[in-house]
Amino acid sequence: MEAASFASGGRSTLERSPLARLPDRALKYGLTALAAAILALIVYFFIRLVGEARPAFAKEGVLGFTFGNDWNVGANHFGALPLLMGTLITSVLALAMGVPVAVATAVYVTELCPRRIRTPVAVLIELLAAVPSVVYGLWGIFFLAPKLQPAEQFLADRLSGVPFIGGGLVTIPNYFIAGLVLAIMILPIVSSISREVMSTVPPDHKEAALGLGATRWEMIRLAVLPYCRGGITGAAMLGLGRAIGETIAVTILIGDAPQLSGHLFGQGYSLAAVIANEFGEAQELHRSALFAAGLVLFVLTLLVNVVARLLVMHAERTNRPKRSVRDFTETDTVIGRALGS
Amino acid sequence: MSTPTHSLQRFELTSARRRKDRLARGSIVAATVVALIPLALIVYYLLSKGLGSWSWNFFTTDPTGNTFFAKQSIGGVKSAILGTIEIVALAALLAVPIGVGVAVWLVEYGRDGRFAQLVRFFVDVLTGVPSIMFGLFVYIVLIAGTGSSYAAYKGSFALALLMLPVVTRSAEVVLMLVPAALRESALALGAPRWKVIARIVLPTALPGLVTGVLLAIARAAGETAPLLFTAAATFKTSFSLSGFMNSLPVQIYNDVTSPTTAVVNRAWGAALALVSMILLLNLFARLVSRRSSIG
Amino acid sequence: MSATDPRTDPTTPEIASEMLEPKRQNPAQTGQAGQQQDVSAKPDATMLPRSGLTVTLQALKAFYGDVEQVKGIDLEFRSSEVTAIIGPSGCGKSTMIRCINRMHEEIPGARAEGKVLLDELDVYDPSIDVVAVRRAIGMVFQKPNPFPTMSVFDNVAAGLRLSSGKAGDLEHRVESALRGAGLWDEVSDRLSEPGAGLSGGQQQRLCIARSLAVEPEVILMDEPCSALDPIATLKIEELIDQLKRRVTIVIVTHNMQQAARVADRTAFMLGGELVEVGATEKIFTTPEDSRTEEYVTGKFG
Repeated sequence: MEAASFASGGRSTLERSPLARLPDRALKYGLTALAAAILALIVYFFIRLVGEARPAFAKEGVLGFTFGNDWNVGANHFGALPLLMGTLITSVLALAMGVPVAVATAVYVTELCPRRIRTPVAVLIELLAAVPSVVYGLWGIFFLAPKLQPAEQFLADRLSGVPFIGGGLVTIPNYFIAGLVLAIMILPIVSSISREVMSTVPPDHKEAALGLGATRWEMIRLAVLPYCRGGITGAAMLGLGRAIGETIAVTILIGDAPQLSGHLFGQGYSLAAVIANEFGEAQELHRSALFAAGLVLFVLTLLVNVVARLLVMHAERTNRPKRSVRDFTETDTVIGRALGS
Repeated sequence: MSTPTHSLQRFELTSARRRKDRLARGSIVAATVVALIPLALIVYYLLSKGLGSWSWNFFTTDPTGNTFFAKQSIGGVKSAILGTIEIVALAALLAVPIGVGVAVWLVEYGRDGRFAQLVRFFVDVLTGVPSIMFGLFVYIVLIAGTGSSYAAYKGSFALALLMLPVVTRSAEVVLMLVPAALRESALALGAPRWKVIARIVLPTALPGLVTGVLLAIARAAGETAPLLFTAAATFKTSFSLSGFMNSLPVQIYNDVTSPTTAVVNRAWGAALALVSMILLLNLFARLVSRRSSIG
Repeated sequence: MSATDPRTDPTTPEIASEMLEPKRQNPAQTGQAGQQQDVSAKPDATMLPRSGLTVTLQALKAFYGDVEQVKGIDLEFRSSEVTAIIGPSGCGKSTMIRCINRMHEEIPGARAEGKVLLDELDVYDPSIDVVAVRRAIGMVFQKPNPFPTMSVFDNVAAGLRLSSGKAGDLEHRVESALRGAGLWDEVSDRLSEPGAGLSGGQQQRLCIARSLAVEPEVILMDEPCSALDPIATLKIEELIDQLKRRVTIVIVTHNMQQAARVADRTAFMLGGELVEVGATEKIFTTPEDSRTEEYVTGKFG
């Protein structure tokens, strides 16, 4: 693909002077160095984090810290399980509620929407991302949570037999409301990526489905959604990453329960929230424990990414057979590379 | 209802299929409406609680730091607004060239190599890192060990780290969308690679790049956590990036729990101001991408 | 192939049917073949249950917004025949064919006027569901477009699954559709492999099988061979020859030789209008309109 190599490997009249090749070299090595530097930065981050977290791990043991069920500042005893579970529960809630709605909006905008309102609707959904997380948190706790509390209590009472959901008193900050607001926060990103992916479905496939006598929904089911499987998974993973990492909104909405509450509508805590709440005044071991919590969070993010990658690769493999000659579709490259498969 | 002749009868749509189609389409529309409801609610809430605080005073005076005594003036949020602009601008100045640079490397040079996959993986990881971790990192590296104190530029560093993966990822996607054919024809004409990138690839991708950057900036402007232990708010307007600096998210976060109603109202006014700024940025991003893709 | 090549013989219609008769009487032999000289088995048209219906266009017009692309066409496509539509680029032949199965209206801003009668039923009648129309009138596109995420089997079964999913029935019908498209022998051992993993010609035949599976009355082909190599083209032309007995075939082609080879009747379009239509042989040897003559002798186009 390198016409430059043709030029440099050819006759002397076509040979580029070393000087002319300098910008190319400089760019290539410069950018490579940049990429390497970013990598190094991340590794350095990890190392420093481990260093600061060490005292806490020394006291509690790595497993003891990560899975201990009590975050007790007063007694200088730190178990991060409530934090870990809080992060996981709210993130899973966010995914479960947010992704289907986001994908639906993407389908609507690309396939069902009248052309005229297509852009306005898309813009409105993306505007959800313009709201800063602190505003989401405040709106959630001052407006949404009180409004939903009666309904939540109703649900908890009705389903009192069901573990985790039923029974108990509904508090204003709780896992559910945090998960719900998180779901709203991840809507725009999952929706816009899904939309991006769906708009690149080759019209061929859609025509093939329609030509077979498929209804609009059947066409979406046959031609659009399967094609976009990988991309949508990637979008969901991005949403998950956002949910796991969200600090301020969750801090406001989840409460600060030092132990794992067995209740969806009860208070909880999260890894990010504990750092935001307690870092300012933490000393020594406490501070180290907070760094350790940060490390757990970091590792969790890594794990999620690895799993996401595997999922996308699997989806891509079942989608695209190995062919020697195929049409170049930008989507494959975009999805595959943007999500690293 | 339709009355097909016998020739088409065997092809007719069963009512079950028709129902499924209608049900599916209805659900999709309903979901879209549901998605838009929070936006309306938030905007309405902000307007109703924040608009009242807006005044000339609000925008042109610094907060006085007084949050307890109702009689004394509480001031406006000028330093917060200016501070946000300064801190975010510096963060963008750092994150954008680096982010686009890494993206260019990934698309043009690294492509599918092992190293590139590694870089991509870690950039992906960075997107998921909680915003507070960036603050922590800068704290560890620039504040705790060195004995120097909080500073605005350190807050910018933290925000730049936050923006970096977003810029890189979106830039990479946009650069990928530039058709290979375009690059190939330029290379086939004998153009050196750097020229192809600078003159053809980047300009073609520019609208998408700008959009991605503006959206990253909008995201950073709204972040509170990275600034909590790095920039350290002060009340006065400052133009010194190496000193303390106020910012809107921090101001809001601190004010909203105050016992003084006026202060709380000011927090909502500030929230409205912040959201407005970000919205304007978003709309601007859209205009830019539309203008460039036509021209 | 026998001594006289039906495709170049000027008395094609009658002789062809006699030539091909023996094959039709031995479906079992044909179907299980594999011992033929050609790589693929001869397509077995007997598996298909009925002959196609006649399609009649009456004053058909097609618009993209305000631009009139097809300007009032009256044309008949007879059953058990192949009709070719030829004409220079932009003459509206693809647009016209897409009006027949109402794919034209999928384009935003596009609309059609006039009537398209399938037997005696106007497919544009508001009481008729467009979905039913597209079931009855299948389409094969210029670029082979099997569903990329589906296996060979699932591709062919796709249309069938939309209406009913009885498993046992499905396998049988998929097989018969694949046989009808002359693809069975080549893919019977890889039914679960991705459809997009086949060669171009095989993919196109897979698309034909997919259309055949729902047992349409008419199959529209929009330049089906233009993306294929000569060998694949040849196979598809043979296939068309077999299929016409069971389905009405309308084929748009920019390749006049192809029209001469496969079509019983040919229609020549120019600038959105129908210039002339008649028996293929006549159109190519003694056309009535001077424009037709200029086109077929290569003076333009």
